[in-house]
Amino acid sequence: MIIAERKPFDEIKKMILPHKRVLLVGCGTCVSVCMSGGEKETKILALSLKMATRLEGKEIEFFEETIIRQCEWEFVDELIDKIKDIDAILSLGCGIGVSVIAERFPQIPVYPALNTSFLGFPEKQGLWVERCGACGNCILHLTAGICPVVRCSKGLFNGPCGGSNKGKCEISKDVPCAWQIIYDRLKELNKLELLDEIIPPKDWSTERSGGLRKIIREDVYMI
Amino acid sequence: MGKLKELLEKKTFVVTAECGPPKGADRGIIEKKGGLLKGYVDAVNVTDNQTSIVRMSSIASCAILKGLEIEPIMQMTTRDRNRITIQSDIFGAYALGIENILCLSGDHQKFGNHPQARNVFDLDSIQLIQTVKMMRDEGKVLGGDSIEGIPKMFIGAVENPFADPFEFRLPRLSKKIRAGAEFIQTQCIFNLEKFKRFMEGIVEKGLSEKAYILAGITPLKSAGMANYIKNSVAGMDVPDEIITRLKGVAKEKQKEEGIEICVETIEEIKKIEGVAGIHIMAIEWEEVVPFIVKRANLKINLP
Repeated sequence: MIIAERKPFDEIKKMILPHKRVLLVGCGTCVSVCMSGGEKETKILALSLKMATRLEGKEIEFFEETIIRQCEWEFVDELIDKIKDIDAILSLGCGIGVSVIAERFPQIPVYPALNTSFLGFPEKQGLWVERCGACGNCILHLTAGICPVVRCSKGLFNGPCGGSNKGKCEISKDVPCAWQIIYDRLKELNKLELLDEIIPPKDWSTERSGGLRKIIREDVYMI
Repeated sequence: MGKLKELLEKKTFVVTAECGPPKGADRGIIEKKGGLLKGYVDAVNVTDNQTSIVRMSSIASCAILKGLEIEPIMQMTTRDRNRITIQSDIFGAYALGIENILCLSGDHQKFGNHPQARNVFDLDSIQLIQTVKMMRDEGKVLGGDSIEGIPKMFIGAVENPFADPFEFRLPRLSKKIRAGAEFIQTQCIFNLEKFKRFMEGIVEKGLSEKAYILAGITPLKSAGMANYIKNSVAGMDVPDEIITRLKGVAKEKQKEEGIEICVETIEEIKKIEGVAGIHIMAIEWEEVVPFIVKRANLKINLP
């Protein structure tokens, strides 16, 4: 899922300060699970903004609405009835949610309340970790399911580098060496021979470097 | 053919040393360091923004050394360049007379004076070795286009025998050699016993027949420096005996003791099968290199 965290309160407040009627939009999918932009967080943020702006003598009205997903037209369209007389939208969705709402309602300024962090999962209660770099060219079959693109600090394909120390990465004792994990797991799977192969330079054109990415599936595509 | 390759092919026990470029455009500093090393070593490595601290480029520094008739080994990391600049820099370096390249991934930018920088790592060190080899042996750039004027680089790589997992270090070194590395400079050796085990594996696998192994040596200036390296530099193995030994002498004598340890280590290393030479990394202490070379009887015809 997409992991995001809320921006600092003052940064958010500054964005909405010039407005009179602000609609906060929560998202019921990824950011609900990572507890940064769900219904509860939207309510709390609306209340906090109300109090803080009132203390500064500003008369701003806040409205809130949490939709199932901010990244699908059919759910975003539920906002059509809610945006009459609204002069700003504060989205608690990830960067995709903010973008889709901005695209759907170009006449209203849309602001992000979250910083979109990475693709990951909650490893434990309250701990979210990165697992995929969305590079568009998966090699997890060669690395025992451990992604070196995001889990190796250098993103090396033929590691570990000389900084691997007792299972840890040179950048911090808190960061496991991805290549140590790959090595250990391949050993356990009796597939160490996979490491004999030199993984060739990666085709990064499927990553962000290749420009805006899109996928078209002819079998389901409707013009 | 470069001098370094020629000496190694003649089975001469070679000595190389590392030289850090200035944190600025003062060519006088590199000339001075080169002058200190000239005649005492067979080739001089120039680091490439080591520990991610901005310094004069390795290419420019190597060209300055070449002008002083010192054989340079250009260190090149993949941290700051993509495959386009890497290949372009290799063309440029060779055109300037640089014939040796040492391929590394490079220290993470977190350690340097620009921790906010985006790292590149478009290629890793093994892929860099393959690239240099492809340019040289196939006369092509990675993208497949032919080259006008082939850079005939002598290709080097590094290996840290003390990083983890220890049992994968040999297979990985073997990958580097398979990718095209012809000489290997190791990380600083303080733990001789572990290095001996590493070399036994190298000899057993026939790797010392396929690439020249130069053992890395760093003279310790003090017990404090030894402690720092042991505790704060990733993948370094400084045995407690060395620290105890340095602590055992007065502070003002620790430098001398550090040199003594270094000379003794070199004597031991010379006896190890498969070692083709010594690589001295005297960090910001280049002036000690001639002294070590003399004390360890590393070269016969000294200036």
